[in-house]
Order: sequence, then C-alpha cells, then structure tokens
Amino acid sequence: MYAALWRVLPGPVWVRILILIVLAALVLFALVTWVFPWVDSMIATQEDTVSV
Amino acid sequence: MTDPREPSPGAGERRASARLSVVGLIGELLITAGVLVALFLGWQLWWNNVVSSSAQERAATSQSERWLEQARAEPDASGQAPAPSDNPNAGGTTGGTVSTDPPVMKPAGLYQPFAVIYVPRFGDEWRRVVKEGVSAPHVLNSEHSGIGHYPGTQMPGQVGNFAIAGHVNGYGNAFIDMSKLRLGDRIYIQTSQGWYTYRFRDYEYVQPDAVAVLLPVPREPSTAPEDRLITMTTCNPPFHSGERLVAYGVFESYQPLTAGAPAEIAAHVAAVGG
Repeated sequence: MYAALWRVLPGPVWVRILILIVLAALVLFALVTWVFPWVDSMIATQEDTVSV
Repeated sequence: MTDPREPSPGAGERRASARLSVVGLIGELLITAGVLVALFLGWQLWWNNVVSSSAQERAATSQSERWLEQARAEPDASGQAPAPSDNPNAGGTTGGTVSTDPPVMKPAGLYQPFAVIYVPRFGDEWRRVVKEGVSAPHVLNSEHSGIGHYPGTQMPGQVGNFAIAGHVNGYGNAFIDMSKLRLGDRIYIQTSQGWYTYRFRDYEYVQPDAVAVLLPVPREPSTAPEDRLITMTTCNPPFHSGERLVAYGVFESYQPLTAGAPAEIAAHVAAVGG
C-alpha cells in the first residue's frame, strides 16, 4: 500500500518526501477538524450533567 | 530439460509475492489503524483541550470587556435592574457600593451567553462564558463557552440555586480543577450589570441521575429557599462518567460593574476594567 504510493509519486526522493509531508498534514487536518470530533460525539465519553 | 506442464518458476514467485502483498497490506492497514487510534487519543486528551481552553478563555475575556465597556459608556444602566423606587437606599448600589440584595436578571434565551465566571483557585487566566443550556455540542463543547446553566434553575443572585455544568476533561477542561476548591474560595459571576460573589461551601459526590442537587434547596424538595446558592456539577472521576462531582457555594455580595471588579481578580480582569 505505502510502497505503491511511493512508486506512483513523481520526482526525485526529496520531492516525494515533500509531497508525503503535505499529504500527511492534509490528512491530519481532516482528522482533527471533522473525523475526531465526530468519533468523539459517537462514543460520548463526556457526561457532566445530572439528568434522569 | 524444462517440463512444459510444470508451472514456470516465475509464476510460483508471483503467487508467493501476491500472498506476501496481501499479508503486507493487512499489516499496513493494522499499523495505520493503530496510528489513527493513537492520534485520536492525543487529540482527545491533549490537543483539543489546549485549543478549546485558550479559545474559551479568549471568548470570556472579550465578553467581559464588552460588558465593562458598555457599563462605562452608560453607567446608569446598572441601576435599572433592582427597581430603586421600592427602596430609597437601593439607589446607592448605582454609585458603586457593595450590596447583599442583588438585582436578578431575567432568564436568558437558550444558548445565549449571559455571564462570565471567574474562579481564582482555577488560575489567574481561568474564565469562561456561561451560556443558557447544558447541551454538549452547543454549550459545553463550544469554543465560545464551556460552561452551561441548567435551564429552569435560578439566575445569579436569585434566592434559590444558580446551577451550572462543565467538563472536567475534554473540550477545554473547564472544571478540571473543581476538586481543588477550598472552603471559602470565591466564585465570581460577571453579568452585563454587575459582579456576583459566591463562596465555596462544600462538595457532594452523587449518582448521574441525582437531579435533586439542582433544586432551589438542594436535596430538599419541600423546603422553601432562603439562601442564594451556586451549584457546579462536573464529571467524576476524570475520564469516566460513573459519578458527578457537585460543588456548592453561597452568595456573599453584589457590586455593579461601574464599581469596578472585585479586588481579588481586578488585576486579571480585562485591561479596560476598573
């Protein structure tokens, strides 16, 4: 999977590394902005109110 | 020498390498899943709190500043709430004296910000906007709030119980230090009109369904309220939802915004104050 990704990236090694860093940053941004808050709301670990 | 019925050595290698790549793919997926879980935990337990906490403190500071600026721009507004015509002495509160008979604001609309809470024991920088309602997505998790007021409970300074809730951890850790309160610690509630000072009285550890702690006289449904209380609820233990930690405080005094911030927090309240 990652080997295949490495093969399809163009350019010399440093360009590929640069592209991978940018890709990782985008993935991390998407996780923190959308995925993690959604997962957190699904598992609902935070219960701070008293209610019946 | 070569038997045409035998598969060529290349085909065998391809099969072996296909098996290997399937195993390798599963392995890579599992490693990826592990990294994602680790990242989620890092976000949930640390990064999200760093971001939310500073955003909530910024929101509280700017809300606090807005009210202080309004109070300086129209100083008479502070005197309108307590209906001074009933009591000639009540007019004195407008001039900046400390009072034990505070004005009480009308209940706020759902999700509306109506107060800023300061608790020196939680840190000099600690402050949060209090919004009406205890919805997690709209109030408790919000970067603009972090602490919610139980609808139907009393407002600041009112006889009865001003009941609020916040996270002990997650989304800004509003009440992470709640268990560090000491007897007599002050809790300051700033509204658009004035400062309500409460003093911490005691704790109670309760079950999650113990809604009786929100009553005008907590735990006493048939007793008529005489005191002005504040009740703060949060999760206990941290990282778990098994119980609730409840902290009670008793009203001490009120002073209008025009009188300046209470001395204990004056240095840490918005620079435009005082």
